[in-house]
Amino acid sequence: MADLTPRQRDEYWRYNVKLTTILLSIWFVVTFLISGLWASWLNQWTIIGFPLGYYMAAQGSLAIFVVEIAIYARLMNKKDEEFGIREEG
Amino acid sequence: MWSLDKIFGLYTVLFLGTTVLIGIGEKLGLFSNQMIGWLFMAMSLAIYVVIGVLTRTSNPDQYYVAGRNVPAFYNGMATGSDWMSAASFISMAGALSVQGFSGLAYVMGWTGGYLLLAVFLGPYLRQFGAYTIPDFLGARYGGNMARCIGVVAAIACSLMYLIAQVTGVGFIVARFIGIDFNVGVFLGLIGVLFCSVLGGMKSVTWTQVAQYIILIISYLVPVVYMSWTIFSIPIPELTYGQLLQRNNAAAIAVTRDPTEKETRALWKKDADAANAKIKAGGLPEADVEKLKAQATIASRQAIAPAASDDAKFGRYLTVPTGTGMWNFLALTFCLMVGTAGLPHILTRYYTAPSVRQARTTCAWALLCIFMLYFTAPAYAAFARFALYTRLVGSKITELPAWVNLWKPAGLFEVVDKNGDGIVQWADFVLKSSDFVVLATPEIAGLPFVITGLVMAGGLAAALSTADGLLLTIANAISHDLYYNVIDPSASLVKRLTITKVLLVVTAIVAAYIATYRLSLIVELVAWAFSLAGASFFPALVMGIWWKRANAIGANVGMLVGLGVTLFYMIGSRFYGLSWFGTTTISSAIFGLPAGFLTIWIVSLLTPPPPQSVQDLVISVRYPKSGQGTKGDPLGRDLREVPVH
Repeated sequence: MADLTPRQRDEYWRYNVKLTTILLSIWFVVTFLISGLWASWLNQWTIIGFPLGYYMAAQGSLAIFVVEIAIYARLMNKKDEEFGIREEG
Repeated sequence: MWSLDKIFGLYTVLFLGTTVLIGIGEKLGLFSNQMIGWLFMAMSLAIYVVIGVLTRTSNPDQYYVAGRNVPAFYNGMATGSDWMSAASFISMAGALSVQGFSGLAYVMGWTGGYLLLAVFLGPYLRQFGAYTIPDFLGARYGGNMARCIGVVAAIACSLMYLIAQVTGVGFIVARFIGIDFNVGVFLGLIGVLFCSVLGGMKSVTWTQVAQYIILIISYLVPVVYMSWTIFSIPIPELTYGQLLQRNNAAAIAVTRDPTEKETRALWKKDADAANAKIKAGGLPEADVEKLKAQATIASRQAIAPAASDDAKFGRYLTVPTGTGMWNFLALTFCLMVGTAGLPHILTRYYTAPSVRQARTTCAWALLCIFMLYFTAPAYAAFARFALYTRLVGSKITELPAWVNLWKPAGLFEVVDKNGDGIVQWADFVLKSSDFVVLATPEIAGLPFVITGLVMAGGLAAALSTADGLLLTIANAISHDLYYNVIDPSASLVKRLTITKVLLVVTAIVAAYIATYRLSLIVELVAWAFSLAGASFFPALVMGIWWKRANAIGANVGMLVGLGVTLFYMIGSRFYGLSWFGTTTISSAIFGLPAGFLTIWIVSLLTPPPPQSVQDLVISVRYPKSGQGTKGDPLGRDLREVPVH
């Protein structure tokens, strides 16, 4: 298979950067705002017996990280296929 | 040839079956507690030795990167046990139980870092496809300087970490089967060396998969059982919210109880007396130290458990504010970048068969780690609950069996401060929060076989991490320093021999240092994260994401990152330095931005890297057909390899 054309490369890389930016923004909000600075305020609500802020720091944020990585792997792998990149030897 | 799924499925069934058999043996009175400890120890070591022998290899692709054919799911498990150390397994739940909300920085930091790893580094390092992290630095920043800084940083982080794992092995073995600490260290080393020397990364990978299975089973069983007995729901992660409320109610009761108040007052008196003696002076240094330790314990016992009457939830769950919040966020951040910068984890991405599998590997790895970290806060709550319900209020003459069983380990003490013959909360003197994971099975009334299982799990956690670290150190010296810098014409046989010798030497050095049992070691492990985060992370990320980053920028950047971090660490730990009240453990919060900024500024001030390097950066960004399998990115021929 031939290499990607410069235009394809551009498109591929822009998609990658966009996806990365979105995922990292979510990561930032979840880690430092929801589970950090806003946790105290969120604690006024309760979810399955937990104060919400505590719950997000102890469990919610971890679950979101797992989902984020899974989404990243899935979308990027699909993009590879779309661009005809088949590297499996 | 059996498929991997079949092999590891059968292995899991056999492991569970043997555990059940040992349990039946215990019920029938065939085994004493110590024998159960020995059985689990022997079984674990036997598994590791067998895998080591079966997967032995002298092919460098196999030896350094497991032939780059570890499927994502198994690679994820291997990464998981490579990652989860004795600290995660034994200490984390206990720390959470004591620290409450602030302790969650560890849970978030040690999982969220994988997202940084997945999107910034993992797939790109796989596309580059070398053997070690200094390999990448050497190729990207053209020359031995970057490689050597990488080697030094890799050894510094990994060795500290390794010593802590070896210490962990010694403690576990000494506690459970009652042999000498040093003998325990030695026994553990045999297990580690068998797989790493015989088969390098290949053996280590498959051993780590086996170890992951043991450690996750043994972590989940006790807490799932407790959740089942209390709530009839076997999912502790769901039920412990209720428990937090009950714990808070118990804490409020303890705060108000008159006998508790009396006990606390007595502790307060002790603390004051000890402090007065210190103040009076004229005592020898050793006595002063002893008094200081007494005063610390006594004043801690004099504090009522964290709880508040007005709020629904106790201070235990209260979110810190001000400097406390700053340190919480800073620590979370440092642990995350440290996670993404530790060489023994980064190397695992080289073992994936393709870039795509590297991405999936990261997802599986985080899921495997998530299983334990998601449960750890629950473990902490259940342990606390067990103490409130099973210990507080019992007669001092009729203490629960686990108290006497665990007393010799020195993790806690139960005294009768006010002499009323009843155990108060303040009578429970905690020495080490490690008791949470180790002793909870018995506190919950589970048979000793479960404790044996937990021992095997702790051992697996410590040994699997030790394996990965040992290999990283040995490869940094033999592959990066010797082969690439000192003698590039060294034959393959010579290189592998040097690696094997170094594995043994490093293991012995680590064991030797561990026998000193320096209390500083535990602290140093936490430092390793900041060091790794501040040195590797900026250089690796800039190397992949910014073509313009050049050699001189990266070299100066790594040194500045390391330097600033070390400066703040040593300054704040020993000389009272304090910037914004930041704790020593979060030193990378200053070193990391300094590293990034330096690389950026110095690179712009100096000429751009040569075209060949810029092409390398481009090639790392786009997975290509045919580049997924084997081969050396630096063009050295590695296929003509004598297998012996």
